[in-house]
Amino acid sequence: MRIDIDALTVEIAGARLVEEATLRAGSGQVVGLVGPNGSGKSTLLRCVYRALRPSAGMVRLGGEDLHALSAREGARRLAALPQEAVTEFDFTVAEVVAMGRLPHQRSVARTGDDDRKACEAALVRVGAGHLAERGFLALSGGEKQRVLIARALAQQPQVLVLDEPTNHLDIAQQLEVLALVRGSGLTVLTALHDLNLAALHCDLLHVIDSGRIVASGAPYDVLTPQLLAEVFGVRAHRVPHPESGAVQLLFDRLLPTQPAS
Amino acid sequence: MLLLSIACGAGIGASGLSWGEVLRHLWAGLTGGPITPDQVPAYTIVWELRFPRAVLAAVVGAGLSAIGVAVQAMVRNALADPFVLGISSGAAVGANAVLLFGAFGALGVWALSTAAFLSALLAMTLVYAIASTAGGLTPLRLVLTGTAMYYGFSAVTTFMVFAAERGEAARSAMMWLLGSLGGANWASVPIAGGAVLVGLAHLTVSARRLNALAMGDETAAALGVDAGRLRRELFVVSAAVTGAVVAVSGAIGFVGLMVPHAARMVVGADHRRVLAVAPLAGAVLLIWVDILSRVVLAPVELPVGVLTAVIGVPCFVLLMRRRSYTFGGA
Repeated sequence: MRIDIDALTVEIAGARLVEEATLRAGSGQVVGLVGPNGSGKSTLLRCVYRALRPSAGMVRLGGEDLHALSAREGARRLAALPQEAVTEFDFTVAEVVAMGRLPHQRSVARTGDDDRKACEAALVRVGAGHLAERGFLALSGGEKQRVLIARALAQQPQVLVLDEPTNHLDIAQQLEVLALVRGSGLTVLTALHDLNLAALHCDLLHVIDSGRIVASGAPYDVLTPQLLAEVFGVRAHRVPHPESGAVQLLFDRLLPTQPAS
Repeated sequence: MLLLSIACGAGIGASGLSWGEVLRHLWAGLTGGPITPDQVPAYTIVWELRFPRAVLAAVVGAGLSAIGVAVQAMVRNALADPFVLGISSGAAVGANAVLLFGAFGALGVWALSTAAFLSALLAMTLVYAIASTAGGLTPLRLVLTGTAMYYGFSAVTTFMVFAAERGEAARSAMMWLLGSLGGANWASVPIAGGAVLVGLAHLTVSARRLNALAMGDETAAALGVDAGRLRRELFVVSAAVTGAVVAVSGAIGFVGLMVPHAARMVVGADHRRVLAVAPLAGAVLLIWVDILSRVVLAPVELPVGVLTAVIGVPCFVLLMRRRSYTFGGA
């Protein structure tokens, strides 16, 4: 299912956090959203998973206006891994994954066979079947992220939105998370900090700076030295990955901040 | 277990009645059966005093425990209890106005609970108005506002106690602040019971949404749950139930804080199970605490709040040491 974001604007207390952002992700594509801290990545994504209502513009899922759907209906098509300090409640892994079934369940109905099967399959898919009875809070960062992906998969969505899913993970865990996301076959929209990981794992990149999308396209076309200088304020060289040929960046140094014009 | 406890609540008391008598009077009360004139005093004790008191203890215990669960999920804070929203201390202002100065005198026996409930509603409206922002009710603002209002209302209450003439009135004000079921009668059961039942029904239906809310507002949104709306619902339900319960029993502490945690230690964090267990546990606990409060120093009654702490704290510490329990990184 494709996702189209058209001229999305978010204004909170007079500040424009996102300004007429337009971006798309084709069905089954993995699309990265990159940009400096505070550029509006999370704000934009929050509109997509409906934690925030945009002031203007539209998010369309497979052509339908997302915010015209009921919250439940929306959550059956789109799952998300928000970036937030996780809960203090001592849920088991199985309970966390079961929450993914919420948009499919009536509030008083018992958990059905469908629900159980979806949860088991999702846990096995992320290689966490053996963790089911463990306490979620006692898991390592990588295990937690795998369980949260399982929760999203149990939701049986067609689109997956992730906000910096590799934060605080070691390199093996980062690669594992990205492989799971790619392997899900879903349309994926993810914010990423690490530009080299983004270049390796995304089909398409959108670069956001001060709330505006300033570049969109294949990683090779987007991650140019000029853009890195303008948006991130760093000097970088591009080299091809020795195996895949994907563009990779070698960072040089900070550029002197340009006086505001 | 609950029914047995209620029966014990009716059976145990300061005036020694045999179990046979108690059961006969209970049966008479339930079926409207005949009693002889010389049995009237005993019948009155069992049916008009002890039995409604036990039922009310169950209602109050269940209500406080369920609302404790709801409030802890609502503000995502391990230390939250039904009183953190400042509602009970608001109710105390109204109750003490009646106890100390005879306000609402025209309402007779209803004056105390009416005043308590009305001032609880007023406190709730105040807290809601101050805590809500353009972004909705955030957990931290809610806790801070509730706590600030708590101190404000407590100051008013304390001032009233000081300003009043010394003696019996101040003593009953003190009793009310620590919680007591001494005022129980059949008239006080329906309103509190109704409020608790409605509240429990709402929470039970919302149990899955509470799980989502416990994971954070963003996660809730991603799961199709409007966190802001759910929090407003919970606020209104909590305030109404707390108001109704506090109006008939005073501010009984500890139950709403500890029973939810104890329930989670036994059945885990899933709110569907916690909400099935906590109200029952709270009801049974409060019935027995009330029985103790009547017999320990009989004929003097201890405030229930003193005993909930005396019994609850050791039980809680034992549970906590026996099981690895995590909440708030504890």
